[in-house]
Amino acid sequence: MSSGFPLLSLIIWLPILAGIAVLATGGDRNAQLARYLALAGSVAGLLVALPLYSGFDPLLGTMQFVELHPWIERFNIHYHLGVDGIAMPLILLNCFTTPLMIIAGWQVIKNRVSQYMGAFLIMSGIVNGVFSSLDAILFYVFWEASLIPMFLIIGVWGGPNRVYAAIKFFLYTLLGSLLMLVAFIYLYKVSGGSFSILDYHKLPLPLTPQILIFIAFLLAFAVKVPMWPVHTWLPDAHVEAPTGGSVVLAAVMLKQGCYGFLRFSLPIVPDASQYLSGMMITLSLIAVVYIGLVALVQADMKKLIAYSSVSHMGFVTLGFFLFNAYGVEGAMVQMISHGFISAAMFLCVGVMYDRLHSRQIADYGGVANKMPVFAAFFMLFAMANSGLPGTSGFVGEFMVIMGAMQVNFWYAFLAATTLIFGAAYTLWMYKRVVFGAVANPAVEALQDINRREILILAILAAAVLWMGVYPLPLTEVMHATVDELLAHIARGKL
Amino acid sequence: MNFLPPDLAPAYPEIFLLVMVCVVLLADLVAGEKRPYLAYLLAQAALFGCALITFATSAPGVTYTFSGMFVDDTMADILKLLTYVTVSMVLVYSRSYIAVRGMFNGEFFSLILFATLGMMVMISASHFLTLYLGLELLSLSLYAMVALRRDSVAATEAAMKYFVLGALASGFLLYGMSMVYGATGVLNIAQVAEVIQKVIQGGVIDDYAILVVGLVFIVAGISFKLSVAPFHMWAPDVYQGAPTAVVLFIGSAPKLAAFGFVMRLLVEGMGSMAADWQGMLIILAVMSMIIGNLTAIAQTNIKRMLAYSTISHMGFMLLGVVSADGNGYSSSMFYMVVYVLMTLGIFGMIMLLSREGFEAEKIDDFKGLNRRNPWYAFITLLLMFSLAGIPPLVGFYAKLSVLQAVLNAGYVWLAVVAVLFSLVGAFYYLRIIKLMYFDEPESDAPILPPGDVKLLISANGLAVLAFGLFPQALMALCDYAIQQSI
Repeated sequence: MSSGFPLLSLIIWLPILAGIAVLATGGDRNAQLARYLALAGSVAGLLVALPLYSGFDPLLGTMQFVELHPWIERFNIHYHLGVDGIAMPLILLNCFTTPLMIIAGWQVIKNRVSQYMGAFLIMSGIVNGVFSSLDAILFYVFWEASLIPMFLIIGVWGGPNRVYAAIKFFLYTLLGSLLMLVAFIYLYKVSGGSFSILDYHKLPLPLTPQILIFIAFLLAFAVKVPMWPVHTWLPDAHVEAPTGGSVVLAAVMLKQGCYGFLRFSLPIVPDASQYLSGMMITLSLIAVVYIGLVALVQADMKKLIAYSSVSHMGFVTLGFFLFNAYGVEGAMVQMISHGFISAAMFLCVGVMYDRLHSRQIADYGGVANKMPVFAAFFMLFAMANSGLPGTSGFVGEFMVIMGAMQVNFWYAFLAATTLIFGAAYTLWMYKRVVFGAVANPAVEALQDINRREILILAILAAAVLWMGVYPLPLTEVMHATVDELLAHIARGKL
Repeated sequence: MNFLPPDLAPAYPEIFLLVMVCVVLLADLVAGEKRPYLAYLLAQAALFGCALITFATSAPGVTYTFSGMFVDDTMADILKLLTYVTVSMVLVYSRSYIAVRGMFNGEFFSLILFATLGMMVMISASHFLTLYLGLELLSLSLYAMVALRRDSVAATEAAMKYFVLGALASGFLLYGMSMVYGATGVLNIAQVAEVIQKVIQGGVIDDYAILVVGLVFIVAGISFKLSVAPFHMWAPDVYQGAPTAVVLFIGSAPKLAAFGFVMRLLVEGMGSMAADWQGMLIILAVMSMIIGNLTAIAQTNIKRMLAYSTISHMGFMLLGVVSADGNGYSSSMFYMVVYVLMTLGIFGMIMLLSREGFEAEKIDDFKGLNRRNPWYAFITLLLMFSLAGIPPLVGFYAKLSVLQAVLNAGYVWLAVVAVLFSLVGAFYYLRIIKLMYFDEPESDAPILPPGDVKLLISANGLAVLAFGLFPQALMALCDYAIQQSI
């Protein structure tokens, strides 16, 4: 790919334009057209993202595919795009998830189809923008803009308590982001009038402002990740969102918060990050252990997976603040892997919900008798969710535990309990839902999954197994970037 | 004594508009019964003519006339041009609303034009008396417009309140001006600035104390006109009681004039007392953001809710002035222009939902708009997210530029307070979106606006998005206006 071609712009704007085209198909009379158009748009979005991987030079730790144009000269804001080994896999994950969402909502969504599909496509483009912005304001614009379609998806197509969940989701995330905006403007002033993230990386800062900026960033990113104790919006949002919305939330939206730590907190305020790493590690371990226990007692499957997401995200933030290569790379692998596994888990719950219209574990039992193919897929993903070796869930967790071991034995010990709790809550739920006698007459009438559902789950199963067995293609693109980042943090800014 | 006729050129737009108001009045008298649309068309033509004249006579640099009582500078030209556009949009939006309510007559249009003339004089004033004259012309026209529906109790009550409180505020302002006159001995704004400078340099404590007391009254008067807390009491009642078309007008164009007013009085006249008025404005701004945003949550009437939202936005706008430098003023001006654009859109939408015998006044009237008409729901969505300051809509850049000015002036805590209360504000804007998208419609009456309104409201909504994607031009315009004039 020639360096002059605006590949990243294409990756951002193609889905957005496709989304607008889908919206333009209008009412539900053209629902079928909207579906096919959305599928074409999302697949095209994935295809144009592939050159990002093939053209990426893994030996470089710097930004690639850079685009730089003046945007708002008044404030020296640029349309500045670029990706490194951290952002690139996340963009691919997002582009990979979008077609799955479209297919997952193919039959289930019957009302306002074009708006549903259009919202997903537009969001996909916006999220690509989040991961590739190198200008703080451009980043902020994409970051906040992604709330709008998600708010509508939860509120329009969600469950009974959707309004509460949608507004809680929106206000919670907005609260965090607004303080981040104040931090950006402060950095703009200190840096002598620049909103470039790369300039901020080099900007020397004393410790006190660093700590304040770190806290402002922390609020924005911790809400999005979400970290304990600001995670309470996530179970509500997940439970009420339609299946597609839950998948995008878990697979992609949460990664924005994690990405924020790597792009902003660690490189811009490295000394504050190290200074406060004890607190961050504590919060992460609480998420891992405590939220794991909370997940154990959930009666609602979606809620259980939501809490399991929070617990897995605790691993990610733990990995970041260990400041060693195992930790950070393990966290990255965990992010991608969680993208696949949580997507698959939510889709599995969605498959059952579409048939029985219940998410309560107690309403199921003996599903394996009626849906053997589905039960097999569900088994694989449940195992991956509990971190079974050979699946992608294991790789990330193992690397982070290795990283933690280098720092402190007890960190590693506490983190490792997730292998027990994770297995406990996931497999216990699996047992109650899938095995046993058929207790509920509605379960008796269940149909096994159709070809469309098999296709989605099979793609995800392949991804989970491939990453579990051979994660090298993923880790090799991030080596150089992570090394650069760790060296930068070690140098500090004081 | 030889008499030198004043140079009329800088005041050509005002003179033209005055002539046109008389033409509208006469035309309505002669042909009003047979051709009701004549007044409307003449009013639009008058605004268009003013725009042409202002554009043709605009030149860089500052020109004074009428013995320095009247000024024509770049800021005045730009604010006036924006005012014409705003008033013209008001006329388009309100046409069918006032037609079905029996207000479509010459008075409405001549009052609007008189008010516009008052705003132009305010914008171009360089003398305390001119400033006051413009303000009174505007205010008296507005009182009359609020009371235009004589049969409506709510409107009459609103007009009464507006008039009494408005007169009080004018009194404040005059009292403050007289104190400044007492301390400085001059009324011309440029001369006032010079004398104050000397007072400060000379260290005359007594004179300075009088100036500060005068300043307090002037700031109070200004706050009333801007509807800034604690001088905001009139706004909710007037917004709720007055006909929506009149509220659209009160809420939009006069804000631009009020901005000009603040610039002339506080910045050009008393700029060297910035240290004193900064503190006052901070209190006013913070109170407005708190009262406006918190009270708006409890409202069920959309017009009343928007009144409180206005109060909070005016508080936010004042933050830019607080920073007391060119950067801050231009960010405030940008905020004001953006605010007017959004206000036009949202009140235009309220009138769109109203029809004969039905006023869309409750926020519940927005229920299920997405079912009734997805396009108008989408336009409202853009306006609401923009009012809440969510990117990529232009309301975000307005907030960004003001916040940037505030932080630049070193008020970190003020910026934090401002963002926290805009979070509170986001809630009630989100509620409107929730009603439109998540709820079922209460009525399925078709929404059938005339073609030009349809086009204008779409353009209005899309402008909020387009300026959000490319805000540079509008920001540069405000910057240019301030740099050339202040």
